[in-house]
Amino acid sequence: MTATTTDRSSGQGQPAGAQTVTFSRAINSALRDALEEDPQVVLMGEDIGTLGGVFRITDGLQQQFGPERVIDTPLAESGIMGTAVGLAYRGYRPVVEIQFDGFVYPSFDQIVSQVAKLHFRTRGDVKMPITIRIPYGGGIGSPEHHSESPEAYFTHTAGLRVVSPSTPQDGYDLLREAIASDDPVVYLEPKRRYHAKGPVDLERDRPSMNAAVVAAAGTDVTVVSYGSPMTTCLQAAEAAADEGTSLEVIDLRSISPVDYGVIESSVRRTGRLLIVHEAGLTGGVGAEIAAQITERCFEWLEHAPVRITGFDIPYPPAKLEHHHLPDLDRILDGVDRVMDRPNSQSAADTHGA
Amino acid sequence: MGSVTLNTPPTGLPQLPEPDLLQLLSPEGTLSTEHDLDPWAVEVTPELLAELHRHLTEIRRLDTEATHLQRQGELALWPPLLGQEAAQVGSALALQEKDYIFPSYRENGALYLRGVDPLGLIRMWRGSTFCGWAPSEHRVGAQQIIIGAQSLHAVGYAMGAAMDGEASATVAYFGDGATSQGDVNEAMVFAASYQAPVVFFCQNNHWAISEPVGLQARRHIADRPWGFGIPSMRVDGNDVLAVLAATRRATERARNGGGPTFIEAVTYRMGPHTTADDPQRYRPEGELEAWRAKDPIDRVEKLIQRRGEDLDAVKNASQQAADALAARIRSGLAQSEEPGPAELFDHVYAEPHSELERQREHYRLYLEQFGDHSLPARSDAAALSTASGTDH
Repeated sequence: MTATTTDRSSGQGQPAGAQTVTFSRAINSALRDALEEDPQVVLMGEDIGTLGGVFRITDGLQQQFGPERVIDTPLAESGIMGTAVGLAYRGYRPVVEIQFDGFVYPSFDQIVSQVAKLHFRTRGDVKMPITIRIPYGGGIGSPEHHSESPEAYFTHTAGLRVVSPSTPQDGYDLLREAIASDDPVVYLEPKRRYHAKGPVDLERDRPSMNAAVVAAAGTDVTVVSYGSPMTTCLQAAEAAADEGTSLEVIDLRSISPVDYGVIESSVRRTGRLLIVHEAGLTGGVGAEIAAQITERCFEWLEHAPVRITGFDIPYPPAKLEHHHLPDLDRILDGVDRVMDRPNSQSAADTHGA
Repeated sequence: MGSVTLNTPPTGLPQLPEPDLLQLLSPEGTLSTEHDLDPWAVEVTPELLAELHRHLTEIRRLDTEATHLQRQGELALWPPLLGQEAAQVGSALALQEKDYIFPSYRENGALYLRGVDPLGLIRMWRGSTFCGWAPSEHRVGAQQIIIGAQSLHAVGYAMGAAMDGEASATVAYFGDGATSQGDVNEAMVFAASYQAPVVFFCQNNHWAISEPVGLQARRHIADRPWGFGIPSMRVDGNDVLAVLAATRRATERARNGGGPTFIEAVTYRMGPHTTADDPQRYRPEGELEAWRAKDPIDRVEKLIQRRGEDLDAVKNASQQAADALAARIRSGLAQSEEPGPAELFDHVYAEPHSELERQREHYRLYLEQFGDHSLPARSDAAALSTASGTDH
C-alpha cells in the first residue's frame, strides 16, 4: 500500500478518517495492526509484555496476543538481536524493542555483522525482515545513555534501512512499512514527542517508506531534518516567515536511503541548504547530505550548506542538554548564516559557513 | 592475602566433582558400555562401521584436499578440521531432515554430511562467495566467522520451531574459544528461559588459535551449562560412537520438548587454526603425538580388526569414495565460474534502494568506457541517476 504523497504542506484540514492521538498511541496501533494482520510478526524486548514497555508503547499487546507473540526477554540486547536473527531464519518478522538509544550497543555486533549482512551473505536466500525500534534523542532530562542519537552508526552500515518519523501519522505509517519490509529497518522513535498529538488515519494509502515529504513549502532556504527537531524546524519556519524569510522544511522520514530527489528539487529553487539534527556534527547524516547536495546541485547553490547539530561531545548531563540540542534560535541563526546575513559567526570566522 | 595467588584453590567451599568423559569406543578399539549413552547407542554392525569409516575418511580427504588447494593458491584460506572428524561425523549423523544446524567456519565435515555441495564449501574459502549453498535447502545456516554469534541464531530458530509446533532440534556448533563470548552465554540464558529445543555442540579442540583452553576455562566447559539450568555431557570427541549416541540423546530430548542440552566433545585440532597459522609457535612438545594415539579413524579400524571383519575391504571402499570426492572437487573447481560485478550490488537489500542503484549505475558507466559490459544495465537505472524524487 504505497502512494506518492510527498507534500503535507498544503495545509488542508484533518482528513475524514483521521482521529487525534498521541505519537505513542500511533506506534502502539501500528504494532497491534501488524500483529493482527501477519501471524509471523512477533515483538521482543525488555519489559514490553506485562509492563507494556517503560514508555507503555506496547501497552495491552501481550494481553491481546499472548506471551509467545509479545515476548518479555532476558536483559541482554545481543541475545535479543541474535535470537531475532534466528527467528527471521525461520520465517518470522521480529520487531525488537531496544529500551533506550544508549542500550543498543551490546547488540551492535549482531546488528552490523548479522542482521545487516545475512541477506547479502546468503545471496538472497535468507531474508532479515527485522524491525529494530529504538526510542532516541534527548530533551527529557534523563541520566546518561538515555538521550543519544546513534543514527549515523546505522546509516553507515550497508544492508540496513533507517527511518525516523516526526508526526503521529508517520509514526504509524513508517512502522507499518518497516515491519512489512523484507529488509532490516532501524526505526528511531523521537521519544521527546511521544506525548505530542496529531491526526492519524490508519486506513490511508501509506507513502513509500523511502519518500521524504515537504512539511512546509517555502522559497528562500531548504531546511532538512527528521525526528524530534522537525517540530523545532517548523516553528523556525513560522518565526522566519514573520521576518519575511520563507523556509521550505523537508522531513526526510527515511535517513537511509535519503530521498535526494525531493531535496535536490527544493535546493534548485532556493539555492540554500540548512540541515538540522540532534546527533553530533562529524560524520553525521548532515555531513553526507551536505556532500551529496553539493555534488549534485553545485551550480544552484548560493551558499555552502550549513549544519545545525549537536556538538561532538558525549551526550551531556540533563542540566546542560539545552546547550547541546538545536533550538529555535540556533536554527534561525543558521538561517542567517546560509542567507549571508549578519549572524553569530560573522565577526569571528569569515571562512565559516 | 600475600600468599594467595590466582592459582590458589578456594578453601572451605564445596568442591564440584569432575564430570565423566563419556566413551563407547576406546583408542585401543575396544567397546564398552556407558550408562549415560547406552539407551541412545546404535547397534554396531559391520555395515555401520563401514559407513562410519567411509564418512570419516571422506571428510579427512575433503580437509587435506582443501589444504592442498590452498597451498597451490586455489583457495585463499582453509580452516583444517584434522583430528575432529569423529565429532563432526557423529553429531551430523544423529540429525534428522527437519533439524537445522548453525555452524562455525570449521564444520566443513558436518556440512558435507548434511548434503552441502563440497564445491560450495570450497568456493567460500576460495573467496568466490560468503555462502556456497542455500541455507533453506539444506537447513544449514551460513558458516559463522564471528565467534559464537551463531549460537543465538540457533536458539532463535529453535524458539520459532517450537512456536510452530514442529518436533525438530536445532544445533549450534562452536568451539572452546567461543564459550568465552557473551553471545554463547546469552544463548544459554535464552535457551533456558524459553526451554528452546536446541543442542549446543561444543568441539573443545583445546586451542583457540594460540590460546589453550585452560586460559579460557578453569574448569571443564561441560560444567558451565548446569549453572544456566542446562544439562550437559562431556564426551570423547574422537569416539564417533559416543558422539553419535550423545547427539541422538540431546536431539531426541529437544524434539520431545525437553529443552536445551549442551555437549562438550573433547577432541584435538591436529593442524593449524587455518592455513595461515603456525602452531609450532605455541603447541607444547609431545602434545600432538599424545593425541595422534587417540586418532578417531585408527580406533574404528582397530575395532573392525578386533572383530575379525575385513578391514582391507572397508579401507578400499572408503579410499575409493574419498578419491571420487577429491576428483569431484578438482573438476568442479576447474569448471566453476567466478562472480561478476553484479554480485557486488545484488542482495545487499531485498527491496530497491535508490542510493545503491545509483552507485551501481555509476560503476556500470565506468566499466563501459573500457568496453567492459560485465555489469548489465537495469531498466530503471536511468531514472535513478537523476533527481527523480522517490523510488518505487
